[in-house]
This record gives sequence, C-alpha cells and structure tokens, in this order.
Amino acid sequence: MVLDSKIPDGPLAEKWTKHKFNLKLVNPSNKRKYDIIVVGTGLAGASAAASFGELGYNVKAFFYQDSARRAHSIAAQGGINAAKNYTNDGDSIFRLFYDTIKGGDYRSREANVYRLAEVSNNIIDQCVAQGVPFARDYGGLLDNRSFGGAQVSRTFYARGQTGQQLLLGAYSTLSRQVASGKVKLFPRTEMLDLVLIDGKARGIITRNMITGKVESHSAHAVVLATGGYGNVFFLSTNAMGCNGSAVWRAHKKGAIFSNPCFTQIHPTCIPVHGDQQSKLTLMSESLRNDGRVWVPKTVEIAEKLRKGGIKPKDITEEDRDYYLERIYPAFGNLVPRDVASRNAKNVCDEGRGVGETGLAVFLDFRDSIKRDGVDVIKAKYGNLFQMYEKIVAENPYETPMMIYPAVHYTMGGLWVDYNLQTTIPGLYASGECNFSDHGANRLGASALMQGLADGYFVLPYTIGDYLSEMPYDKIPEDHPEFKKAEDIVNQRIEKLFSINGTKTVDEFHKELGLIMWEKCGMSRNEKRLKEAKEEIKKLREEYWKNVKVLGVNEELNMTLEKALRVADFMELAELMVDDAAIRNESCGGHFREESQTPEGEAKRDDENFTFVSAWEFQGEGKPEKMHKEELKFENVKLTQRSYK
Amino acid sequence: MEKGRSYTLRIWRQENATKKGKLAKYKIENISPGSSFLEMLDILNDELSKKGEDPVHFDHDCREGICGMCSLFINGRPHGPDEEITVCQLHMRVFPDKQTITIEPWRAKAFPVIKDLVVDRTAFDRIVQAGGYISVNTGAAIDANTLPIPRVDAESAMDAASCIGCGACVATCKNASAMLFTAAKVSQLALLPQGKVERKIRAAKMVAQMDIEGFGACTNTGACSAECPKGIDLSVIARMNREYFTSKLTT
Repeated sequence: MVLDSKIPDGPLAEKWTKHKFNLKLVNPSNKRKYDIIVVGTGLAGASAAASFGELGYNVKAFFYQDSARRAHSIAAQGGINAAKNYTNDGDSIFRLFYDTIKGGDYRSREANVYRLAEVSNNIIDQCVAQGVPFARDYGGLLDNRSFGGAQVSRTFYARGQTGQQLLLGAYSTLSRQVASGKVKLFPRTEMLDLVLIDGKARGIITRNMITGKVESHSAHAVVLATGGYGNVFFLSTNAMGCNGSAVWRAHKKGAIFSNPCFTQIHPTCIPVHGDQQSKLTLMSESLRNDGRVWVPKTVEIAEKLRKGGIKPKDITEEDRDYYLERIYPAFGNLVPRDVASRNAKNVCDEGRGVGETGLAVFLDFRDSIKRDGVDVIKAKYGNLFQMYEKIVAENPYETPMMIYPAVHYTMGGLWVDYNLQTTIPGLYASGECNFSDHGANRLGASALMQGLADGYFVLPYTIGDYLSEMPYDKIPEDHPEFKKAEDIVNQRIEKLFSINGTKTVDEFHKELGLIMWEKCGMSRNEKRLKEAKEEIKKLREEYWKNVKVLGVNEELNMTLEKALRVADFMELAELMVDDAAIRNESCGGHFREESQTPEGEAKRDDENFTFVSAWEFQGEGKPEKMHKEELKFENVKLTQRSYK
Repeated sequence: MEKGRSYTLRIWRQENATKKGKLAKYKIENISPGSSFLEMLDILNDELSKKGEDPVHFDHDCREGICGMCSLFINGRPHGPDEEITVCQLHMRVFPDKQTITIEPWRAKAFPVIKDLVVDRTAFDRIVQAGGYISVNTGAAIDANTLPIPRVDAESAMDAASCIGCGACVATCKNASAMLFTAAKVSQLALLPQGKVERKIRAAKMVAQMDIEGFGACTNTGACSAECPKGIDLSVIARMNREYFTSKLTT
C-alpha cells in the first residue's frame, strides 16, 4: 500500500491555485449525467451537496435526523475563523496556517492546512451573501472575537449560535437545490455499508429508519460527511445519534483510517452530575475570553468548599490559584484546548477540584463583570449563561461557573489525499470524518471553517477531476454486488435480534465508554492501554452473545439503530487503543505519560513520530496493519509548542 | 445530594402511523432532581427494555436545546412547564415529587405521528424549500465587509434566525398554524439587504406552501410566541404579513 497524498509541487501559497487549474473538468452539459451520494448534512455535507447541485450534478443526500437542519454542526457555539485581518492586528493567511499547524502540534499536512487558511475568507463572504446574521459593530461591519491558541482576533460569530447560523445558511442553499430538483433528500435514513464495484465506490446500503427497509443506492461517487466518533466514550458533547458507522464500514471495505487516537477533550463542559447522565453539555470556549479559570490554592480549602462549609466568594484573592494565568502568562486562559484540559485534570488530581464530585474547576466572570458591566457580558454570553443556569440551577452572574473537560471532537478519521479522496477511488471524506487538517489537536473555531472549506470550496473542484474519467453508465441497484451487501446487512440485523440476551445496548455502551475514558482518555500509558484492549475484546464478545434488542426491524426501532452503532464503536475503540499504544510520544490531545518534560508538560518526539498513522483493515479478527505517511515541514520550523 | 423523586407518567403510545394510540401509565422511581427530563425517559426505557417491553420512542439529538429535534407535549405545554427552553433542557427539579406527568406528541394535521411521541415534521422543510433562502451560488459572493448592515438590523435578523424549527408553535396553536416558523425565516431575510431582492416572491411562495401542507390560519392568539423555546417575537408575523400583502399588491 503506497499512500500518495498528491500534494502539488511548487511554493505553498501557489499550490492550490495551480492544482485547481490542473484538475480536469466535466463539461457543464455532462454534469447532469453523474450521480453523487452525500452522507450527512452537517456543514461539510450540506455545503458539498448544495454546491454539487449548483454545478449540475444529481445529488442524493442521506441523514439520520428528521431534517437536514438538525445535523450536529448546529450545536457549535463560539465561531468560525478566517484570516480577514479586519481587526488590523496582524493576521494573514500565513498566520492562520501557522497557528493551525502549531495548534495541531505539527501532526497535520502543510499543504492541506494552508489551503484551509486560504479559502477561509471566501467562507465568510459566502455565508454573509446567504444571509447569515454574523455579529456586527455599530458601523455595520463584521465583529471578531478571540479564541484559544491565537494571539489575533479572527473569529466571526453569531452570538453563541454560530454553528446554527452557518448550518441554516448551508441548509437554505441545500433547500434551494432540492426545490430545483438537483438534490433529493433522504431523511431518517442511515448508511449501513459501502458498495465497491471494480474497486471503486459505487454506492451505499441504507436502512430506512421508519420502515426498516434495507435499500441500495447507486452513484458515480460517494462523499462521507458523517462527523466524528466521540460517542465511543458514551459521554461526550456529541449529539446522541452521532456515530462512526459510516466511516467504520468504509474502513472495513478498504479505506485507510488515520490517527484514530487523536481525540479532543474540551476544557469547558458542564461537569458530570451523576450516573443517570447520558450527555455532556459544552460551554463555548469563547467564555475563556472573559472568564478566569481557578481552583483553591490548597487541598484544605477545596475540601471545605466541596463540603459546603464555604462559598466560592468567601475565598480570598490570595487563596485562589488562577493556574492557567500562572503557568502560561503569555496565553493565560486562552491556551489551546488540550493544554487547558490537561491542567484542569492535574489540579483535580491534586485534590483541588471543586463541586460535589471534586471533578470541576471554576470559570469566573466576577472581574469582567466588574470591568465591563453586566450588560456587556450579557450581550456576549447571555444564551450560554442561561443554558448553564437551566442545567446547573446556579446563576453564573453571581457565582462562578463550574467546568470540566469532556470528549468533544475527533481529529482522526479516514485518510484522504489533497483531493479529499480516501484510499478507495470515488470515496471522499470531508469535515470531521477525515483526518486531514487538525493534526493532534484542533483549535477552537476551526471545525466550522474546515467543514465549509471542504464542502463549498474543495470538493466541488476535486470531485470533477475524478468524474471526468468515469463512464456515464449507471450501475443498476439490483447488481449482484448491491444484493450481496444488502444480504450481509440484513444478516447483521437478524443476528442482533436473535441474541435476545440480558444486557441493554446502553449498558454495553456505558461500559465501553468507561474503559475508553479511564484508559484511553486524557492521559494514557502502555499498561492501561494493554488492559483496555483486552477489556474491549471481552466486552465485544459478550455483546454478540448477550445484548438485548427488542422490537422488530420493520418499524421505527431506536434500540436497533443504537445496537448497530454500538457494535461498530466496539471495533473502532480497539483501533483507537492500538493507535494510542504505538504513538509513544505526547502530542496535542494525545498525552502519553511516558513522554513528558520534568514539569509535566507534553513532550513531542519528532524524530520518531513525525508521521500520520494509517491503518489498514486485514479481515475480521486479524490485527490491522499500520502504514505511515511521513510529514514534511518545509515552511514552518518544528518547535516544542509553548504557550508560556 | 437530594434523594430521588418518584413520578407517575402517562405516555402516549402508538405503534405506527396507521394504528390507534392511547395513553399508558408507568411508575418511575429514584430520579435525581438534577437529571434532565430526557434522562428520566432514558431510565424508563432502560427499565422497559429489561422487562422486555418496547421502549418509548421520542425524538432527541443534540440535548443542548439547539437542534430542534426534541418535541414533547408535557402536561399540556410544548417543551413542558419551564420558559424558553426545549425538553432536553428541562430538568426534573421543576417537577414536584410524586407528580403525575402527561407526555404527548405534537398534534397537528401537518405533523402526522410516526410512532409514540415521534412525528413527521418534513412539512417545515418543504416550506423552506419554497423560498426560505437567498439565491446565491457558491463562489458568487462579494467581500463580506463591502455591505455594511446597521447593527440593529443584523441583531433583529439574528433574533428571527434563532428559530430551531422544533414546531412548538404549531403544537400549541389551536389552529395548528405555522405562521411563527414561516415568518421568522421571512423576517430574517427581509431585514437583510442581501435578502431584499427576492423578498416579495419569497413571502408569497412560503405562505402558499404553508397552506398546501395543511397548517391552519393565524388568529393572532400569540400562544406560539409565548411557548417558543427561543422566544421568537410575535412581531415577525406582522412583518411577514406586510411582506405578503405588498407582494400581492405590487406584482
């Protein structure tokens, strides 16, 4: 297996322009002869599907929600980065590129990241033209705020609902294409397998979630835009339905999976309250613009606080440890997410955590309210404060918020080349489900940017290059390969019903999540990873002997949906553990205890690990084979990341 | 930590779109007041599954109050008794111990029941498809800052754009009217200069689609706005009416 990233030659800043010119085109009147399947209608999927429709391709868009507008991009709060430099503070495409490479701890591809920074400005223009109501100042021009890992203000936002507004923008353009007849929507439909014919991706097998019907859909190319797999951990900030099945099925059909262990643990989530919880809620990183993170200076004070003997406001300035400001004076509360999360874990491990469980730190707005007044803070974060109050029943204007890290985003995903094509010809991956742009850690406000960059400005060019070489002939949906794949899916469904065991799907999922959080979470070591691998194997075996799936296939059956997803999570989890085990260095969100500086900071090992891991499926029950894509840095110098 | 509470639940059970449904009674115990309403239902479903009964089906996804998927009619109110939140943000602390809680699906002709508490809201998608967009192709945009927009207009547009498309407005309206939903989109785009080119045709087409879908007429009772989890203001309906009548008078 040779991994050809197809990065164009030439200077970094000219690569994309040159490449676009070199890509082959499909004549406008021939585009209608090609069908494209898009799975997922978040930012990456909806923008791609709409853009393909505008170009004239026939598009089929699939999603598990009841409406394309509900994909989980909608929940992104803080903002979207772009190198507009409207604030005159020294931003540029190169700086956005540099920050993203550095933020990702030098484990992403220079060329892809530069292109992302390059098209970031077009995204803002496009969204404004669609009617996205970004925040503006009194002169009527666009406003910016700051996010972690950057020393410029480059984040565009729409209150605390930026993801919602961008997705509704993409959804509206998608709706326009539906009206024009170029896009056909398939709501409440889940992809359960990928179909290859003559080595090329030629369609998918889906299950209609209302009727249970397993169906085949044929096309000339397939785009996966199915998001991340953070729900492996059971508790995460992902939506309940987010899953890794589409990418995992593609992986088992030959698509290489890269960096599966790179998981982002977001520092500002509402802490876990008990074992009845099924979902974690994120509080936007933008809060760290004005909130100060602290814990009590000593274990004794923290204990008193946890028992309710004292209130946060009783703790004097001298007894507070604003640990991020203390350790990282240059970036302070705006260090990247991985750094903020790990430090929160450290102070809690020392026994200085707050809240009933001791697994929380304060995010305090007292000083900014004093400085700017309640009204200014309310205007910036009103909806986030309201959300916090509804969940925790405490008023964050008066008492500090409590936060704790939670699984949020997965940087790993399907390996793609510069054209966003996977190792299966005709299969593309865009947005969170590919591995390409964020390295070992994603910076805040960059996920929205990547989703829309891929969908609006990359795929519409690169997919034409592939299609131009494809014959127009359509493969009928009763082709033997489709029938074979349908049979396998049907057998899997029947098998799940037939087990009729004693444990519910959720019980298995919770157990899996706990193993992953404890042993492949914020801090990892060889011994615990080995244990995790064995435990996951055992759990998976038990699953196929003892899971209980009720109801029938032929109607809405949410237990079955979940059972299929959890079955795939169980396999994906093992690959995440394998990947974490081979990467004996600390980088970005991946912290190996064996690789740290004397001060306990992450220590990267560039000599041995400047590569993207690329896992190849070898067959059921066989260990996967790891390939490497070596990373070359020609435009930035690798330095130990320091935010001090 | 406060001790768990117990409740009697009356939940609408309906096997599928064609079968008749009915309210079924369940007891649930040991619920933490810090649990969300949907977590309470998760616990019920886990118990039902263990007993071999089909779990209660309900729509939910983000559980952060933004995707608009969750849609329960609780004790006679969409999204339950709390103000300006969705069901997923509703917490059990607002329900006194030992209370009886009645849970029903959205009820409207244009939202047929699929199963239990799950309804079909694709009618909303078709209203947007009728004209809830600005016709601009990818790549055809001018620099974002060449078009200054007064802050007050941008803010009003954002207020209207906050709609999550959950359908609470329809569920609570005695006429099952979709005016608030449709008007929110029409208002957002009418307030922005980018949206002005198509404003007349947009209002006319979206209103026509609303009627085709079988949503009722608006009689200005204002229940929609009062129950809207995002607090969409009733004034958007006045704005849409203005847009609509201008389109009829000047075409």
